[in-house]
Amino acid sequence: MTKTLRRFGLVAAGLAMTLAAAACGGDNTSSGGATTGPPKLSGAVAVDGSSTVAPLSKAAADIFKEEQSGVSVTVGTSGTGGGFEKFCKGETDISFFLSETGATEKAKCEAAGITIAEFQIANDALSVVVHKDATWIDCITTANLKKIWDQGSTVKNWKDIDPAYPDQALALFGPGTDSGTFDFFTAAINGKEDQSRSDYTASENDNVLVQGVAASKGGMGYFGFTYAEENKDKLKVLKVDSGAGCVAPGVASAQDGTYKPLSRPLFIYPSVKAMQSKPQVKAFVDFYVDNIDEIVTEAKFIPLTAAQKTALATAHGNAK
Amino acid sequence: MTTLSRAAGPTQAPTFSLTRKRIRPGEIIFVWALRACLLIAFLFLVWLISYALYKGWDRLDSRLWRFMPTGRISRIETAGVQSAITGTLWVILLTAAICMPTGILSAIYLEEYADNNRWYNRFLELNIQNLAGVPSIIFGILGLGFVARRFGLGFSVITAAIVLALLVLPVVIIATREAIRAVPQSIRQASYALGATKWQTVSRQVLPAAVPGIATGSILAISRAIGEAAPLIVLGAVTYVTTNPNGLLSTYTTLPIQIFSLLSEAQAGLQKLGAAAIVLLLGIVLLLNSVAIFVRNKFQKRW
Amino acid sequence: MALGTVDPAAGSTPSLRRGRRHPGERIVEVLLVVAAIVSVATTAGIIFSLAEPAFEFFREVSIVEFLTGNRWTPTFSDKHYGVLPLVTATVLSTLIAIGVAIPLGLGSAIYLAEYATERTRRLVKPVIEVLAGVPTVVYGFFALFGLNPILQKYWPGGDAPAFQNLLVAGVVMGFMIVPTVASLSEDAMSAVPRSLREGAYALASSRMQVAVRVVVPAAVSGIVASFVLAISRALGETMIVTMAGGLSSDSVIFNPIKAAATMTAYIANVSQGDIPVGTTDYNTVFAVGSLLFIFTFALNVLSIRLVRRFREVYE
Repeated sequence: MTKTLRRFGLVAAGLAMTLAAAACGGDNTSSGGATTGPPKLSGAVAVDGSSTVAPLSKAAADIFKEEQSGVSVTVGTSGTGGGFEKFCKGETDISFFLSETGATEKAKCEAAGITIAEFQIANDALSVVVHKDATWIDCITTANLKKIWDQGSTVKNWKDIDPAYPDQALALFGPGTDSGTFDFFTAAINGKEDQSRSDYTASENDNVLVQGVAASKGGMGYFGFTYAEENKDKLKVLKVDSGAGCVAPGVASAQDGTYKPLSRPLFIYPSVKAMQSKPQVKAFVDFYVDNIDEIVTEAKFIPLTAAQKTALATAHGNAK
Repeated sequence: MTTLSRAAGPTQAPTFSLTRKRIRPGEIIFVWALRACLLIAFLFLVWLISYALYKGWDRLDSRLWRFMPTGRISRIETAGVQSAITGTLWVILLTAAICMPTGILSAIYLEEYADNNRWYNRFLELNIQNLAGVPSIIFGILGLGFVARRFGLGFSVITAAIVLALLVLPVVIIATREAIRAVPQSIRQASYALGATKWQTVSRQVLPAAVPGIATGSILAISRAIGEAAPLIVLGAVTYVTTNPNGLLSTYTTLPIQIFSLLSEAQAGLQKLGAAAIVLLLGIVLLLNSVAIFVRNKFQKRW
Repeated sequence: MALGTVDPAAGSTPSLRRGRRHPGERIVEVLLVVAAIVSVATTAGIIFSLAEPAFEFFREVSIVEFLTGNRWTPTFSDKHYGVLPLVTATVLSTLIAIGVAIPLGLGSAIYLAEYATERTRRLVKPVIEVLAGVPTVVYGFFALFGLNPILQKYWPGGDAPAFQNLLVAGVVMGFMIVPTVASLSEDAMSAVPRSLREGAYALASSRMQVAVRVVVPAAVSGIVASFVLAISRALGETMIVTMAGGLSSDSVIFNPIKAAATMTAYIANVSQGDIPVGTTDYNTVFAVGSLLFIFTFALNVLSIRLVRRFREVYE
C-alpha cells in the first residue's frame, strides 16, 4: 500500500475513534448533582404513534428529563397503524393516536398479552380556515361544510355554496386520507368515516396546507388547533355553526363541548405490562398524569377540564 | 478540417498546412450546448443551496450541535440537533463499513471470477441491477420485517446501517464493475505472464487501477445513504431522541428524519431550525464529497 | 508474495504450469461468492416481505380490477382498487425526470470527457456529484416551497401548475439524477483508449465527430447502464414525489401540472399513516410495492439484453 493511502487510512481511523469516544462520553448517564427526591432510574421508554399528538409526549419527555436524566425517553411518529403494530408487539411502551381505540385493536393487543390503559390527556378543536382576505365569510354551517367536502361534491366555486358569496374559485386543502384528522373530520361532517370528495390538495404536512390556503384567495382547509393558532396572522379561522349558533374554536369552547362537532379528545395508551415490568415506564406515566397541565401548556394544546382531570386520575389509579 | 496548400512551382516540395481553416459552426454550437448542460446543472445546485441558506441563515449557529432537540415550545430557541448529527455520523460510518467491502468484493467476483455463460451468474447480475431500482421505502419494509424483528436487532443504528447498506449496495457494485471493466486486459495478461495468481492480479493491478471509478461509485452511494429518510421512517426512526448513540444497538435519529419532522411542525421557530439543519447536512455531504474526490484525484489514470 | 514456480537458483527450465494454488485463493473465492450472495439474499428477503401480504390482498381484491381499474381510493369510504392512476403518475414523473437528466447528464459527460481539461474535470465533476448527495427531503422541500411558487407565478398561458404537481417533482428528480448519468457515462467515456481517439483525429475528424461518432458508441454500454440506473432511480424515488407531487389518486391524470400520487408516494403515505396494519387497505402497500418491484425487474431484463448487445471490448 502506498504511503498516502496508509496515511489516509490512519486519519480515517483516528476520526472514527474520536467520534466513538465522543459518542461514548455522551450525556447518557447522569453524573453528580445529587438531589433528594425520587430515586434515580435508568433505562428507556419508547413512545410511538401519530404525529399529530406527538408534541404532547415530546413536551412530557423534555420536562421529565430534568427530573430523571438517566431515563432515555424517545418519541417516534410511525403513525397510528405502524405505531400500534409496534405497541402490540411490545416494542413500544406507550402509544398515542387520535381515534378511540377500536375494540378489535384492543383485543388484538390483549391477545398478545398487552393490556392497554386509555388516558385522555388533552382536547383538540379541529379548525376550518380560509384565506385572510375572505371577507365574505366568518361563520360556516355544518350543512355547508358537508356540501363542500362530501363525496361526489361538485362545488368548485364559493358561489355554488351560497349565492351571497362572490364568484371565487374554491381551492381545497386537507390532510391525507389515511390520517386520523381526516377520519375524524369526515365522520363528524360527512357522517361517515373516510367519506369525502377526493379532488382536494392533500398533504400530511400541515404546513403545506397552511401555505396553500394562505396563497389562494378562495382557499379553504382544515387541520388541528395548534396549526391554526400558530398561523393566525396568515389565515382566518372560521366559526362553525352546527345548529346552535356560530362558535369559534378555542380552549373554552373545546373544553365545554360547545364547539361542535369538531372538538375531540386526545389520548395516550400506556401498556400496563410495560408499566408493571419497567419502573422507568411507570415513573414516566405517573409523571405525565401528575403534570399534565404543565405539559399541555408547554405543547400549546387545549387542556383538560376539571372533570376530565378527575377521570384521568381515576383511570390512572385503575391502571396500576 | 485540414487543408493542403501546395507551394507554387513544380520543383519545390509541397508543404502541407495542418492548421484548421474553418471551424464548422456546428462545432461551436455543439460545444456551447455541452457547456450549457453543465451550466444548467450547476446553476440549479447554486439556486438550491442559496435557497437553503436563505431559509436557514438565522438559525445557523453553534446551537445546532451544542444542544439536543426539545419538546417544549418555550425552549425552541435553545434547541439543537446534536443527537441527529451524531446519529447520522454513526449510521453513515457503519453503512460504509458494510456496503463498501461487500460491494467491491461482489463486483470483483462478477467481473473477474464469474463465468458469464453460467445462468446463475447472469441471474446475479440481473438481481443486482434490479435492486438498484427498488424504492428505498421497500428496503424499509424489508428491514422492519427481517432485520429489526426476525434478526432481533430492533430499531437501532445497526439496523439502519444494514438497511441503508443494502439500499446503496447495487450502486457500489455497478460502479465498481464499470471501473474494473475499464482496466485493459493487457494489464491483467502482463500480470499473469509474470506468474501472478488471480488474486494477486486483482488486488495489486486491477483494483488500484480501478480505485477512481470505485471512489465515484462509493461517493454516490454514501451520499445517497446519508440523505435517505423514507426507509428509516418506516423502520421507526424516532424524531425525539436526546441522547447520542453509544453502541450498535442504540436508539438513534438522523438529520434527514429530523429535518422531515421539523418541517412539519407548526412553530415557525422549529421550521427555521429544520432549514438550518438542511444547511448543516449539505455541509456534511460536501465535506464527504471533498474527501472522496481527494482520493480519486490522487489515483486517476487514463489508458 | 512468492511468485509462481520459477526458481532462479536452479538451472532448470521454468515451468509454465500454474503452480501450487495458494490456499488463500480458495478463501478469497469463497469470500467473493458470499459477498455476491448478499444481494440474492436481499432480493429474496424483499420478495418474501412483499409476497405474503400481497397475496392476502389479492384474496380480497381481484387482480383484474387491480390492474385495469382507473380509480384508486382505498383510504376513502368509497373504495376502488384500480392501480392505473398510480402507474400513470409514476411513468409520467419518471419520463419528466429522465427528460431532464439524460440530456443534461450526457451533455455534461461528453464535455468533461472530451473537451474539458484535466483541471476543469477535477473541479467540475465533484461539484456535479454534490447534486447526488443532496438529501431527497431537501429536494422535496426545495421543489415545494422554492421552485413551485416561481413556476406558478411565471407560468405562461392558462392554468398555472397546482400547489403540488408532477412537473416540479419530476424536474427536481431529474436534476438529482444528473450525476448518476454524468459520472458513470464520463467514466465509461474516459475508459475508451486514447488510441481510438487518436486514430480518428489522424483521419481528420473534428472534435465533435470524435466525441459523437467514436467515443460515445464505444462507451455505449456504460452510458446505457447509467441511463438504466437513472430510470430505476427515478421510478423508485419516494420523498420528492411525496412532498411535491401530491397525493391524489382517484383518477388517471396525464397532465403533469396537476397533483398525482405515484406508487412510491402512496406507499410512503400509508406507511406513516393511521391505517391499521393487517387490513386489506394496509396491504395495498404491499400490492403496489410488488407491482413496482415487477416493473423494475422487467426494465432491467430489457436493459441487460440491450447492454450486452452493445458492449465493446478493447484489446
